[in-house]
Amino acid sequence: MDYALLLVQTLNGVQLGLLLFLVASGLTLVFGILDFVNLAHGALYMLGAFICAWLTLALGNFLIAMVIAVPVTAGAGYLIERTVARPLYARDHLDQVLATFGLILVIDTMVHLVFGPEGIAVPLPAWLNGQLDFGANVILPTYRLLIIGFGILTAFGLFWMVTYTKIGMLIRAGASNRTMVSALGIDIQTLFAFVFALGAALAGLAGMLISPITEASIGMGNNIIITAFVVIIVGGIGSMKGAFIGAMLIGLIDTLGRSFLDTIFALFMSPAAAETSAPAISAMLIYIIMAAVLAVRPQGLFPPKAR
Amino acid sequence: MNRKTITGIVLLGLLAVLPPIFIATGNAFYVDLTTRLVILAIAATSLNLVLGYGGLVSFGHAAFVGIGAYAVGIPAYHGIYGGGELIASFNGFYHIALAVILSALFALITGAICLRTKGVYFIMITMAFAQMVYYLFISLETYGADDGLVIDLRSELPLVNLDKPLQMYYFAFVSLLAALLIVRTIVRSRFGMVLQGAKGNPERMVTLGYNIYLYRLAAYVISGAMAGYAGALLGNFTTFISPDMMDWHRSGELMFMIILGGAATTLGPLMGSAAFIVVEEILSHYTVYWHLPFGLMLIAIVLFARGGVMGIITGKDKS
Amino acid sequence: MSSLLSITGLNKSFGGIKATDDVNLDVLEGELHAIIGPNGAGKTTLISQLSGALPPDTGSIMFNGQDITRAPAYGRAKLGITRSFQITSLVKDMSVLDNIALAVQAKQGHSFRFLKPARSIAPLRDEALTHLDAVGLADRADAPTVNLSHGEHRLMEIAIALASDAPLMMLDEPMAGLGPDESARMVTFLKTLKGKRTIVLIEHDMDAVFALADRISVLVYGHIIATGTPAEIRSNSAVRQAYLGEED
Ligand SMILES: Nc1ncnc2c1ncn2[C@@H]1O[C@H](COP(=O)(O)OP(=O)(O)O)[C@@H](O)[C@H]1O
Ligand SMILES: [Mg+2]
Repeated sequence: MDYALLLVQTLNGVQLGLLLFLVASGLTLVFGILDFVNLAHGALYMLGAFICAWLTLALGNFLIAMVIAVPVTAGAGYLIERTVARPLYARDHLDQVLATFGLILVIDTMVHLVFGPEGIAVPLPAWLNGQLDFGANVILPTYRLLIIGFGILTAFGLFWMVTYTKIGMLIRAGASNRTMVSALGIDIQTLFAFVFALGAALAGLAGMLISPITEASIGMGNNIIITAFVVIIVGGIGSMKGAFIGAMLIGLIDTLGRSFLDTIFALFMSPAAAETSAPAISAMLIYIIMAAVLAVRPQGLFPPKAR
Repeated sequence: MNRKTITGIVLLGLLAVLPPIFIATGNAFYVDLTTRLVILAIAATSLNLVLGYGGLVSFGHAAFVGIGAYAVGIPAYHGIYGGGELIASFNGFYHIALAVILSALFALITGAICLRTKGVYFIMITMAFAQMVYYLFISLETYGADDGLVIDLRSELPLVNLDKPLQMYYFAFVSLLAALLIVRTIVRSRFGMVLQGAKGNPERMVTLGYNIYLYRLAAYVISGAMAGYAGALLGNFTTFISPDMMDWHRSGELMFMIILGGAATTLGPLMGSAAFIVVEEILSHYTVYWHLPFGLMLIAIVLFARGGVMGIITGKDKS
Repeated sequence: MSSLLSITGLNKSFGGIKATDDVNLDVLEGELHAIIGPNGAGKTTLISQLSGALPPDTGSIMFNGQDITRAPAYGRAKLGITRSFQITSLVKDMSVLDNIALAVQAKQGHSFRFLKPARSIAPLRDEALTHLDAVGLADRADAPTVNLSHGEHRLMEIAIALASDAPLMMLDEPMAGLGPDESARMVTFLKTLKGKRTIVLIEHDMDAVFALADRISVLVYGHIIATGTPAEIRSNSAVRQAYLGEED
């Protein structure tokens, strides 16, 4: 076993897990509180990446671009909430799914129109672009460590907000008791709009963070959304804790599966068979995990308390 | 008979006679278009069984279509490049049987898990399983990974030659008629009544003594098998298969066709597919950005349909 | 008489609320057993546990000498337990006759029958019609269920319970929301059923209950405080205090 590689891949898994958490937390907040299924959540992830990429090229600085792009993406989320989401809260989930499917087509095409069909590569400032050598063959890109730090900070911020702030209290109250929120004299419409915009900002942030590694591209949102679904299905839809644990689990399993499954398979089958079957199995691994979790707990690992 | 049914029958009549006329008038291109329409209509009809009549919002039907297409493509690949002599020597009957059996099997396994859950879980899980198949084929380097696979050898069948466009078309058209008949027979049968009862009021059906899980699973398997059959046709028709056929956007489009044409009606999915093909053809003729008006249209239909889309499905907005 | 249904130590809580509190009850073969109690006493919750819609926390339920505590709801229906719902539960987008025919069809074992159109199977339709006739709804057979009145929906619930042929019928407030005429009709109808089936009846209409019941159990805060004949219940001081006293 190559322990240096194991360490590096574990950190990559943590990084993927944190990004997934940013996407999944917004999805699960919006579903838990608004009872709204937003397929276009992935499109917001992509939108954030494109806005930030374009601003990076225009302003010449990735970090400043990000500071501007996050509220802009939140604004886009707010706009979507007002126009498409709000009329559908009381509707069937099928309606929400179809309308937000239409929304994806609209957002994807708009991005295509505005930014062109090609992806946009995002240059990093020099100080982020290097690598840190920890010795013993452990060399990590600075930027990946930054993503991890940033992800952890955001996760903490989110938990702190939900647990300790007034808005967090409202969010939790909204999740468990809508009439109570209204009875407290709080405008539930404003709360909903805020939650939606927050979800958009989180998804957009995740898109921005990944874009220097993968570049901003039109299809990027379509893949992440399904993985985020898997995360919240495993974690329990509507649960913040479930989203976090689900995201870390899926991030780690996916990354480690892709790099070590052939080695593991080679322990009990011929190297050739391992070589051919490992990629196929690792491509399906997270879905198999999902199926296994569902077979035992149809409501996910941490189902939120009944409303 | 209401106007909608009449429209559907007229459409069916047109599909029966138009393609030879297209050829005669030198518009062979339209034969391609109608063939695609008819194959999509089979897939949509299969989805209608679970979505329209069963009330089960499956967002992963493109996976069955894809499995069906690869069930044709992979044996054809081995037929040309060697290896797998067994499957390669199979003729068309075996290809189609393979497509149907594999997609039914996939429906059985995933359905057994999905159907334990409800509502939004069901939507997301069907989607996730479809994505699993999508990534599986992307990981298969031998079969072209995400570039896909060209089928150099169409399935061989007695009497029909699928290399001839018109024969291909009529083979698909007769298949569509069969699919429509099968679904119609099923939904009117005792099984179909249970399936529809479980859509309207699952609690009541359970109280009557129906194990609705099994009925839904059976419907899901039948539907998956039919969609796999459509996939086998699609593979033979396009002679090119790729994981893109299983992209969840394709599943969304199938759902959209049903909603557009009228869920839980025999000819609704056919009319929806026709409308979809026509809209796609016209819009994409004018602009490469045709997804924009298309998406806006989809949003508008959902927002402004009275009683929502479920109203369309259960027929509550009829007046 | 032997007991058809035997409930021992049944408990069910929702969060802090004890909806079923150590319920012990025997329902005898052929009797009409009424369960009364104020709103929120846990009557519906009890029935739901008997029908299998809700799992009990602890306790056991025996039916015909068979332990059904963990049996699925559809399995209990097959064994011969049927229920009607306090809040009407019908397949609204099907016709009246279709609803009853589904209940008749359920007795055929399984319905994995794919070929013959269900609506053309005469024995199914005919039997369904006789049950509709029994509750006086035969002329509404082909109407869409949504178009019927609340009272007619209540009658459909009864027709479905009838169609099931189940030895044990549990009726949850069949007279709720009915006018005086409709109520009277329902009482007459239930009288004709007495003796033919074992019936568990939940009802708020005390006149009806005392006219119909062989025995009555009184449920208060999830607990059975008394079981006995109508005369015994009428003279039971605990019942008068806890429940009947509040009525007048
Ligand atoms: N699904 C549920 N979740 C939480 N509480 C419930 C639920 N069902 C019933 N209850 C509570 O249990 C108690 C008994 O309710 P119920 O059985 O409907 O009473 P009854 O039928 O005698 O009027 C009530 O306090 C009710 O609020
Ligand atoms: Mg009640």
